[in-house]
Amino acid sequence: MSVAERTVEIAPAPDRLPRLLTETAAKWVSLAEHRRRAGPIPRVGRRPRIDIIDAAGRAGLRGKGGGAFPTGQKMEAVAAGPGRPVVLVNGAEGEPASGKDKLLLTRAPNLVLDGAQIAAAAIGAREVIVCVDRHANGALASVRRALSERAAAEPASVPVRLVGVPSHYVSGEETALVRWLSGGDAKPTTPPKPYERGVGGRPTLVDNVETLAHLAQIVRWGPTWFRSVGTRSEPGSTLLTVSGAVGRPGVYEVPMGASLARVLQRAGAIDGEVSAVLVGGYFGTWLSAEQSATAHLSRADLVRFGGDLGPGVVVALPRDACGVVEAARVVSWLAASTAGQCGSCMHGLASLAESAGAVARGRARRDAAMQLLRWAEQIEGRGACRLPDGAARFLRSSLATFQHEFDRHLRGAHCPEQRHVLPLPNPARDTWR
Amino acid sequence: MTLRLRVDPIVCDGHGVCAELFPERVSLDDWGYPIVDSDAIGRDLLDHARRAVAACPVLALRLERA
Repeated sequence: MSVAERTVEIAPAPDRLPRLLTETAAKWVSLAEHRRRAGPIPRVGRRPRIDIIDAAGRAGLRGKGGGAFPTGQKMEAVAAGPGRPVVLVNGAEGEPASGKDKLLLTRAPNLVLDGAQIAAAAIGAREVIVCVDRHANGALASVRRALSERAAAEPASVPVRLVGVPSHYVSGEETALVRWLSGGDAKPTTPPKPYERGVGGRPTLVDNVETLAHLAQIVRWGPTWFRSVGTRSEPGSTLLTVSGAVGRPGVYEVPMGASLARVLQRAGAIDGEVSAVLVGGYFGTWLSAEQSATAHLSRADLVRFGGDLGPGVVVALPRDACGVVEAARVVSWLAASTAGQCGSCMHGLASLAESAGAVARGRARRDAAMQLLRWAEQIEGRGACRLPDGAARFLRSSLATFQHEFDRHLRGAHCPEQRHVLPLPNPARDTWR
Repeated sequence: MTLRLRVDPIVCDGHGVCAELFPERVSLDDWGYPIVDSDAIGRDLLDHARRAVAACPVLALRLERA
């Protein structure tokens, strides 16, 4: 079916997945075409639109950037703050194994921008700032093009500023974005949080791009439609970036609570070829092959394994990779990703990285695993941001899931010919300004 | 009013004065940075807490309402 044939006066609500990234979205969708399908954006008035906040709440929408905070609640808090609020669209996506936000911005920028306008209406904001990784050229170009089309066709909408932000892992953290927008380094800060005092000292709603795309569809088709997939406590759909030992890596949209085994099957994982699965990114949790056979992609189920969905990252580790080597690589990368502000993070992660590296090379003392666990406990909760906490969780989970491999390495084994699976961008390639 | 001790991890330089003056609630990690017990500070310890806060060379330590 061609794009033209699908065009109707009032598009019906999609009755199945995908909702966010439809097959026609593989092509550039003009604003006129997008409007026919997605409907008009609501007017922005003087007051917050309680009905929009209420719809987000009834839909049960939660943030898709990793924190899973209830979106309606956040909008309510920002709208209640003093002064004219700001909407900050977070498309920084610093998680190395995540690509869903960049894909969404590249394929369906108008859906995200609609969501931003709707969020602005909801909280009474007169300014929207879209933050995108400054090395994500495709996403930046796509948003720029959509914005110029919108500026010509919809002059009444809230003005949108697009900015390319530093690529560091912690730069996408909301306080880091606010600090950078105020002329500082893109490094996290201690409270106040942006919802209290953000850009220009004003209450700032920071929402992930996927969250806003869902919001646009909820306002268009209603909370009941949104809840028609997913689970009762975690409704709707979610985007996953699936990679590793799969034949068809990429971004998949699945109902919340989907079976991990089915997701892996859909992505072309071969039975018996996957030794473990990383869920939630580098702040996330490893599931053994056995655990991943029964796991469901919801917070309610992943809590069984001490994990959560994070920003929707799923990496299948192939049998011929080594969990110890991968853990050491990631911890070393996390150590290099520190903003260098908090002593326990800066020095603690460096110690962890050095020790984990020694274990991977078969050069560690026999009690190195105990020391790693002790350090993980020491750094938890000790930073301005969650980097040390994430590293501690990742390391603990690595030690538990790859216990036998760690034991072998602690007895002197090393895996020099091992293939490397988890992606590690070069943290030194960007500045903090 | 109950108070608790908080350290700003960005401001803190790991001088360690707080752990020396208020070992009841502050210990140091393996890298010399303070691990601060966030439980409410009772009346009996308030003077010690205030002394530690005042002695921090970079003003990273403060008493906050619990």
